[in-house]
Amino acid sequence: MQNMAQKNIAQTTQTPLTDCLLRLGDNALVLGQRHAQLCGKAPALEEELALMNVGLDLFGQARNWLGYAAELMAAERATDKVDADQLAFRRDAQDFRNLLLVEQPNGDFADIIGRQFLFDAWHVHLLDGLAHSSDPRIAEVAAKSLKEATYHLRRSSEWVIRLGDGTEESHTRMQRALNNLWQFTGELLQADEIDQAMLAAGIAPDLQTVATRWKATVEEVLEEATLERPSYDAWMYTGGKVGHHTEHLGFLLAEMQYLPRAYPDATVW
Amino acid sequence: MRPSGNHPSASIDNWPSSDLIGSDRSGLPRAGEQGDVDAVLAVLQHVLDPEVPVVSVVELGIVRDIDWLDERLVVNVTPTYSGCPATEVIEQHILEALVAAGYADPLIQRRLSPAWTTDWLTDVGREKLRSYGIAPPVGSASKRSLTGQSDPVVPCPLCGSEATERVSEFGSTACKALYRCRDCLEPFDYFKCL
Repeated sequence: MQNMAQKNIAQTTQTPLTDCLLRLGDNALVLGQRHAQLCGKAPALEEELALMNVGLDLFGQARNWLGYAAELMAAERATDKVDADQLAFRRDAQDFRNLLLVEQPNGDFADIIGRQFLFDAWHVHLLDGLAHSSDPRIAEVAAKSLKEATYHLRRSSEWVIRLGDGTEESHTRMQRALNNLWQFTGELLQADEIDQAMLAAGIAPDLQTVATRWKATVEEVLEEATLERPSYDAWMYTGGKVGHHTEHLGFLLAEMQYLPRAYPDATVW
Repeated sequence: MRPSGNHPSASIDNWPSSDLIGSDRSGLPRAGEQGDVDAVLAVLQHVLDPEVPVVSVVELGIVRDIDWLDERLVVNVTPTYSGCPATEVIEQHILEALVAAGYADPLIQRRLSPAWTTDWLTDVGREKLRSYGIAPPVGSASKRSLTGQSDPVVPCPLCGSEATERVSEFGSTACKALYRCRDCLEPFDYFKCL
């Protein structure tokens, strides 16, 4: 019975606004967790600090987005049983709405940086649009997050350039990472009915505009990095935004959710 | 009885940024009595950032508004970064300090908008950072472009040399970057311009 009750947290919440918030929150949460997995394993101390701090920013953003989503869900169901922690720790993979890109495994440093750069370049332009949302709560969270994401993009761009325009090996690895991650970028730029509903309500920006800016940022950085940009017409994996994930998300959630699920009544860890 | 003035609330723009510690606290408001913003500020001036324990929450610019809801004191605080782990600790310290100063059941509210900027660090706060060994933010956050801006010259807080270089975008906390001085060879934290 408890399992059924837990499942209902997300399954009955398909209002476009809640879904939009879950997408924003889950992107930040899952990418933040990928960073947390690198704790103690980064190639250098400075990068350890950087990766953890970027992850921390993302967790903070996730809490803001999921906190808002939880409030809406609780109001819909006239209950106070939903909060950001519940959404983070009690949903199953098919209830997550994050992009496939952010759940991809850490791999080598080029994979980590490539994933971050492709996401940051999109995140910054999306948040820039959300900062002008007709929903004041979304606008203020986005304005706050935008400051952090801008800094993240600066760092990940610099790394892409340094690795791409670096040694023969770093160039090869950065290009390989880019080629591999590229197939997950399609859903960043394609609007579905939820994106369209959000646009019509003035809540979220036009993904077409975000796509144009993302492409400009990506092209500028890849050119300086002497990297070859894969084709925009390449075949793309999609599905993250509606809960169809790659196998990697399940493993990530199993690790992240183990403790709160094993001790569901604990209030202090 | 109030120590001075009769402004029940104040925005940060017209707050005094100096001689807060020295302000007269004799008329400190007690439970149920509407008090004065300066008296609250004087209390908060002693609440320090747990990660930079020389700068107060007032000097850091994160206390955004002080008001009274009926008889209850309401302090609005803004986080520096979305994921700053010190946010809850700071709010708890503010609460404890106010209760210890005699305010009954003060309400600490988190406010996200407008987003915190290092432009709100007071001049006293910047000088305290520098003498603590952390280079204060250079320039104004509102004048920076989105990306691609060149690094500012960050003078070494230890020897004052301008021959410094950035080692990493991030330092010991999210709000700092790691720098190194090429003259005195010491590494130091730079409080990032945000």
